[in-house]
Formats: sequence, structure tokens, C-alpha cells
Amino acid sequence: MKERREIIVKWMLIGISFLFFIIMLVLPLLEVIVRALADGWDSYCNAISADHTLSALKVTLIATVIALAVNTVFGLAAAWALTKFDFFGRNVLSTLIDIPFSISPVIAGLAFIMTFGRSGWMAPVLDWINQTLGTDIALVFSVPGVVLATIFVTFPFVSREIIPILYAQGSDEEEAAALMGAKGFTIFRKITFPHIKWGLLYGMILCTARAFGEFGAVYAISKTRGETFTLPLEIDALYMTGSADSITQAFAVSSLLVAMAVVILIGKNIVEYYGRKRK
Amino acid sequence: MYVEMRKICKKFGDYEAAKSIDFGIEKGKMAALLGPSGSGKTTILRILAGLEKQDSGDVIIEGRVVNDIPASKRGIGFVFQNYALFRYMTVYDNIAFGLKVQKADKHQMKERVNEMISLIGLEGLEKRYPDQLSGGQRQRVAFARAIVPNPQLLLLDEPFAAIDAKVRKELRAWLKEMIEKVGITSIFVTHDQDEAVELADDIIIINEGNLEQMGSPVSIYKHPETPFVAHFIGTSNTLDNLSGFKGFEGIEAGKKVIIRPEFVEVFKNDNQRFKNLMDATEEGIIKKIAFRGSYLELTMLVNGVLLTTTRSLERRSVSVGEKMRVLLHRVYLFDDTNAEMRAEIYKNELLKGVDIEML
Ligand SMILES: Nc1ncnc2c1ncn2[C@@H]1O[C@H](COP(=O)(O)OP(=O)(O)OP(=O)(O)O)[C@@H](O)[C@H]1O
Ligand SMILES: [Mg+2]
Repeated sequence: MKERREIIVKWMLIGISFLFFIIMLVLPLLEVIVRALADGWDSYCNAISADHTLSALKVTLIATVIALAVNTVFGLAAAWALTKFDFFGRNVLSTLIDIPFSISPVIAGLAFIMTFGRSGWMAPVLDWINQTLGTDIALVFSVPGVVLATIFVTFPFVSREIIPILYAQGSDEEEAAALMGAKGFTIFRKITFPHIKWGLLYGMILCTARAFGEFGAVYAISKTRGETFTLPLEIDALYMTGSADSITQAFAVSSLLVAMAVVILIGKNIVEYYGRKRK
Repeated sequence: MYVEMRKICKKFGDYEAAKSIDFGIEKGKMAALLGPSGSGKTTILRILAGLEKQDSGDVIIEGRVVNDIPASKRGIGFVFQNYALFRYMTVYDNIAFGLKVQKADKHQMKERVNEMISLIGLEGLEKRYPDQLSGGQRQRVAFARAIVPNPQLLLLDEPFAAIDAKVRKELRAWLKEMIEKVGITSIFVTHDQDEAVELADDIIIINEGNLEQMGSPVSIYKHPETPFVAHFIGTSNTLDNLSGFKGFEGIEAGKKVIIRPEFVEVFKNDNQRFKNLMDATEEGIIKKIAFRGSYLELTMLVNGVLLTTTRSLERRSVSVGEKMRVLLHRVYLFDDTNAEMRAEIYKNELLKGVDIEML
């Protein structure tokens, strides 16, 4: 009796999960592909090679690569500081790292405008830097702004992945290495890094995925289509135009993002697989 | 003295983990830091190694104050409480690490590492990772890793704690042999007195950050200087007073009494060996008999208090409820209102002139 009930429960749960999965994820994604190809292959190719699309792809890639690099370095530094040292303000820092998770990205974008925009309090500083260096950097409504916003929203991914690993590992092995005369960087390279390798990679993948897809924060800070628009913004713009053509184009561009996501997903699974195997 | 700690104090926040610790160990000796959990043993060892900085006091190694010398320059090998082997390195790389960071000559390094591996008897396991080793094998690797750069002093933090009881005995003997072979001065932490007694030339007893007593295993056992040591070493009963016991009437009121099993002699009424001492005995009833492998442990009810003693299996058999003669020949006395007071031995007054050890 009991066994039969368990089997029913098992298949019901599996059925519900699959149903949910298909309705919420697979069908909409298939819809994207179908719609993207609605006007045929040629117009699909045209849509994804349009100037605006290529520009958006470029901005997205730039923002992602820079955000990834910056967050990897700072994420490592922050995780290290939080787990290996005891200092005043440690809890505050630990909480601050999570802020991007807990506040809406739009607010982050607006905050950037308020800080670095024409009337923001950082504007004079920026002007001064531009004057002394002879540069022309603008942080609002420009690509650097998009990059900054992307960095902001993806900051926690790397550090949050490795902090638990560093905590769990403790500092015994590093102490042992230091006692034998190993220097800081050797210790990191030979002792610490092998521990956090997979976690770090996993965090980087999550960071990349989020950077590709970020909309809110970038939306607030990027206003020029064809120049500072990222892929999600471009898709939104095409869709909002509302003509049958542009909606199909919107789906075509979307399929690009979906393809990038699939690649990341595969990468994530590989990393997870090897990460588990090494345990 | 080869290694010395002078008036070492260490606080963690408000908590005093080491309160003016003072001791010295001679070259080539093996010392045990013995004490209950949380007493400060690891802290003392870490200060010696330079992994922790003392608030005040000096650490002296080979006549040199090493307070400001970093851990890696003190010439110390350290075996961590849970070994802290490098998980992502093979046995070989673990042992070679200390030589690698010193940029030792490749050829010599290989020779030395292989020599260590055969010393610890792990030939053939060089390519294994720590998680593919048994607890005992890991401990051997940790030992080899610590001594491969030829340190002058070896510190071991609970080297046997993570190993099950049976293997532990073997490893103890193994470690003692190894340390004698290498001829290195060593200090190990333990909270197991058997381990300390079996391995150490000197035992240093630590309690709540205080050094209670230091001495050879025998002297610590025979002449405990503080109530804590009297209580901690061996098994013992503590009583508030000994009223009703013949020969102990002279004990000052307020003093507490510690009785070890060895202080209690139990025999049958018709015992020949003790027949001259019958006047000094009390009557006791056997309440419990526990078999302890090679002897019996008897719990006796005497004058309203319970005393524990041991009985050889070679003697006549006894049973629960049996009336026996109980001879209490000595006790430890201490004043627990005064921690400074040393523990003292009080002999049964009726046994004046009798050498109980001769019987
Ligand atoms: N880094 C630290 N910060 C705060 N308190 C500490 C620290 N290290 C140790 N202590 C405290 O100091 C006391 C002594 O600790 P220690 O580790 O030296 O004990 P121990 O004798 O080695 O105990 P065990 O046998 O359990 O290993 C303990 O009460 C512990 O809580
Ligand atoms: Mg300890």
C-alpha cells in the first residue's frame, strides 16, 4: 500500500515539475525561435546583422568582459578579506557585498545618474579628471556608464561563490604552508586556488549570464540606440516599435541571447560536473 | 634549556588563554602539554611556533629570543591538530613542499623526500591524495612533512586525536620511535594522560591558562602539587570530609579529600598479609564490581561514602554485597577556598611506622 502511494507521489511530482518546466520555459523559448524565423532565414540573418544589433552585441560583450574581469579580481579580494582577516567593519562589508542582490537594478541605474550625471555631486570630480587627463569620459548615457552599471549588478556573484569555500577550508593549510616558508602568492597559487577553482569558475559563469541579460540598471543609464544599447535594450526597442517586422526582428535578436545563454548553461554544467568529481 | 617560555601571557579579547606561562625543555627531550579541552594547550603551542603573537613574555629557542622572528624562520616543524595536509597535492608533493619553497636542489630534494617516505613506510603511496589515505597514514605524512626540512624542534598538536583507539596505540609507539631516531626535541599536546605518561619525558599540566605543574610522569603522579593535578591525573574520588575514618581524625575542618584507587586496600576478614593492620581498617560492602580487562574495579560503601579501588584477578573472587575490610592508607588534602594552596599527602595515623609499600 505504502509503496504504491510513494510511486504515485513520485510520478506526480515529476509530472508537475516537467509540466511547469515545459509551460514556463521550453514553450516560451521555442516560441522565440519560431517567431524569429517567422519571416524566413534571410530576414533572420538580416535582423541579426543589422547595425543596431551588432552595436548592441558589441556593447553587451564589452560590458560583460569588463564586468567579469573587474568582479573576478574584486570578488576574490573581498572574499579573501572577509574570510582570512578579522577587522573592524567586516560585517558591514559582508552586508554591503550583497546590496546588488537586494535592491532593484533600476534604482542602481538611477543612483548612478544622480551621482555622476550633469548635476550629480561626482560630476565636478569627473570634469576635473577629464580636464587634467585630456579625456572625454562620460559615465552617464555612455558605454562606460553601461559597464559600471553592469559591474554593479553582477558584483556579488564571484565573491558569494567563494566565500563559503574559503570559510569551510579554514586557514590551517595556509598556515602550514606559511610555516614552511611559503610566501603569500605561492600560498595562494598552490594552496588556496585549487580549492576555489571550481567555485570561482562557477561564479564567473553566473556573473557572465547576468551581465548578458541585465536590463534594469542599464535601461536607466543608456539612452542612445545603436551606440550605448545592449542586446536586451535593443530587443526591447525593436519590440516597442510595434510593427510586425520589428517584432520578428526582436525575436531574431532574442534568439542570439538565448543561444549565448545555452552556451553558458552547458559551460555551467561542465564546471559543476568537474567540480563535484574533484570532491 | 633548549626551548623556553618566559612569562607568556595571551588574551583573546577579555579571555586569558595563557596566564604567565613559564617552562623550559632540554634538548632532545619529549614534553607533553596535558590539560582538559579549552585549557590553552594549542594556544601555547602556536605561540611557540610563532603562529600566534603573545601579549607579553619571551619565547626563547637555543638561547635566542625569537619573539620577532616569523614562524617560518624559527626552525620549527608543526603537525596540526587535524594534520592540515594539502588536499590538492599528492603524498609526495605534500612532503616535498617545504623543500620546494626553499628552492632546494631538485636531485637532493628527491632523495630526501624518498628517504622520508621510506622512513614512514609509505612506499608506493606517493601518488595518492590525502583523502585516499587512512587516518594513520595521514598522520605519518603530516609527520614526514613537518620534519623534512630538518627542523630543530617539532611541535605536535594532538597528533593522535583523529585516530581510533586501536591504531592509536601502535602509532604512539611508532611516533616515539621515529622521534628518537631523528633525535629531535619535541612538544606534543594531548588531553589523554595515558598518552602523556607513555611518551613524554616531561609533562606540563595546563588548566585554564595556568601552568599547574611540570615534571616527570612519575613525579606528577606521585607528588601532585595542586588540587587540579591531584584530581586530573589518575582516577579519584573527592570527598568533603573523612569523618568516621579511623586514623584521619587530625584533618583540619574545611579541607577536601582526594582519594585514589591505589590508596584503598580491600581484603577479606581472614586475610593473612594484612592481619596485623586489622585495627586500622573499616568495614565496607561491595556495591559494584566492574570488569576492566586485566583487573576488577570495586565500588565500596564505607562509612556512608563510596570509594573505588582495583583488585587483581589473581586474588580470591568476591561478590556484590560481600562484607570486606577496607584499609585507607593515605589521601590527598587540599583547601579549595585557596587556589594557591598546594595539595598535600596525609597518611593514616594508625599506620605510623608501617611501610605500606613493603606489604
Ligand atoms: N582565536 C581565538 N579567539 C578567541 N578565543 C580563542 C581563540 N583561540 C583560542 N581561544 C580560546 O582560548 C582558550 C584556549 O584555547 P586552546 O585552543 O588553546 O585550547 P586547547 O587546550 O588547545 O583545547 P582543545 O584540547 O579543545 O584543543 C579557549 O577557551 C578558546 O575558546
Ligand atoms: Mg587544541
